[in-house]
Amino acid sequence: MTVSARDSKTKILHALEDQDTNVTFDDPLEHDMVLNMGPQHPATHGVLRLLVRLDGETIVSAIPDLGYLHRGYEKIAENCTYHEFIPHTDRLDYLSPLANNVAYALAVEKLAGIEIPERAKYIRVICAELARLASHLVWVGTMAMDVGAVTVLLWGFREREKIQDIWDLLTGVRFTTSFTRVGGLAQDMKEDSVAAIRNFLDAFPQSLEECEKLLIKNRIFIDRCEGVGYISREQAINMGITGPILRASGVEHDLRKDQPYLVYGNLDFDIPTYTDGDTLARFYVRMEEMRQSVKILYQALEKIPQGPVNANEPKKVLPKKERTYGNMEELIHDFMLVNFGINPPIGEVYSAIEGSKGELGFYIVSHGEGNPWRLKIRSPSFVNLQVLPLMLKGGMISDVVAVIGSLDPVMGEADK
Amino acid sequence: MPDLKELVVGKLRDRFADEFESSNEYRGELTVIVKKSAIRSVCQFLRDDAELRFDSLRDVCGVDYYRPEDRFEVVYNLYSIPQNFRLRIKVRVDESDLHVDSVTPVFSTADWEERETYDMYGIIFDGHPDLRRIYMPEDFEHFPLRKDFPLMGIPGSLALPRK
Repeated sequence: MTVSARDSKTKILHALEDQDTNVTFDDPLEHDMVLNMGPQHPATHGVLRLLVRLDGETIVSAIPDLGYLHRGYEKIAENCTYHEFIPHTDRLDYLSPLANNVAYALAVEKLAGIEIPERAKYIRVICAELARLASHLVWVGTMAMDVGAVTVLLWGFREREKIQDIWDLLTGVRFTTSFTRVGGLAQDMKEDSVAAIRNFLDAFPQSLEECEKLLIKNRIFIDRCEGVGYISREQAINMGITGPILRASGVEHDLRKDQPYLVYGNLDFDIPTYTDGDTLARFYVRMEEMRQSVKILYQALEKIPQGPVNANEPKKVLPKKERTYGNMEELIHDFMLVNFGINPPIGEVYSAIEGSKGELGFYIVSHGEGNPWRLKIRSPSFVNLQVLPLMLKGGMISDVVAVIGSLDPVMGEADK
Repeated sequence: MPDLKELVVGKLRDRFADEFESSNEYRGELTVIVKKSAIRSVCQFLRDDAELRFDSLRDVCGVDYYRPEDRFEVVYNLYSIPQNFRLRIKVRVDESDLHVDSVTPVFSTADWEERETYDMYGIIFDGHPDLRRIYMPEDFEHFPLRKDFPLMGIPGSLALPRK
């Protein structure tokens, strides 16, 4: 510890020793109470800490406290090659690792000027939509549990388990997938994963309906969500909110439609929008989004063409490992890419996708070297959490868990 | 949308003749560099202009270029939902004067983003309602994303239990 830091600590200690720290209240009901919630609290979805000032049961103000899961990924990225950083993206929003892989790969490809084959684009759409389903299923389960309906958690995880089995077939890994590569994918999608996805899609809408019936016909659930955690359209836009929360406040904004990336322009789907801006509206938006994802997945499976999944750019795209053993060219490229990286030109790009929680973007500054000079992760959870004090103010203490649940924050992403 | 790009640059050039520094386009993304003294009024202008309506600020971040002059840059990523258009505004900050006007009065979302930039780079945002560290401990003395901060960290900078 440096001298001045030690000095300030001694000062605090002296202040505590010299003053009378006993606090007495004549009438506790006349005073506010400050309540600490988290970071180890089952309803804060990870290590979110919240300080709330209470007047009786009413919330006067709230301050979220972040940083308990800060791992310094932006610093790590500056010291990795572009390929080396892919596994780290899994650990951002750990509920939808595949979508993060896709977002990161798209940003690097934009920077390096790589155009990926059509088939890879379709597979990436499938990946991103499966990730959205997986993430929303955890959200519906945990949010329902927070307001007291435990069954949906188990049903949600039952469906998510099937998606993870699909990931296992598709990527070889159930959870931390690291599936995309710069310029394509780790491997092609095989017939067995196509069949598994189709089987899942055929059964899924019915399971989703069962979950939904359990909640929207439940008086307690509706009472706890309706009118709780309201945010207006203007506030949501000014706060930079994206994703389902913005769409529940009446703004029809979805990057898949507004700035189509991959092949979303060729697919037919709707953007569910509600105008109520409360917890219940956010519930309906996400439920409807899952149905739209199913629609997208069916179309993607229908339209996917045959062909390669990696771009034919040997100086930027890693060759297949098997080919490096017998071919001199591939061996050289593999060696150069692993040791020195892809060296994109000097410049800067920002590329974003519509993740399950909102706009997930990567801002990369390149100095023409193998590793990024600066990589900024624009994580939707971080920005969306900022609205929490506004939503909680004036509400009841019991609504805190419902509102946090409806924001669907993932701290791995918020803390980076 | 090439015409919208020209419109944005033209309007900014007219309105902020003295503060406009340069603009460039890379991979279809428009970047405008302005003097740091003007950043709040530029944001205000872009938000309130009836044609452009950059109503949402998506991101604020710092970059450390580690050069003798204008070492840091602060990058503002604006988005216009009505126009479906993204714009990047940058200001250059020299190490000798790390003060930049906060844009939190214009875009509430800048609150945490500016705190993060302060936490990681030590750039001080004047007029910010509550400028303190967001990720690192309050009594941490260094700025971890600066290029002169080592990857392994600085031994002793975080208090550990004594032997």
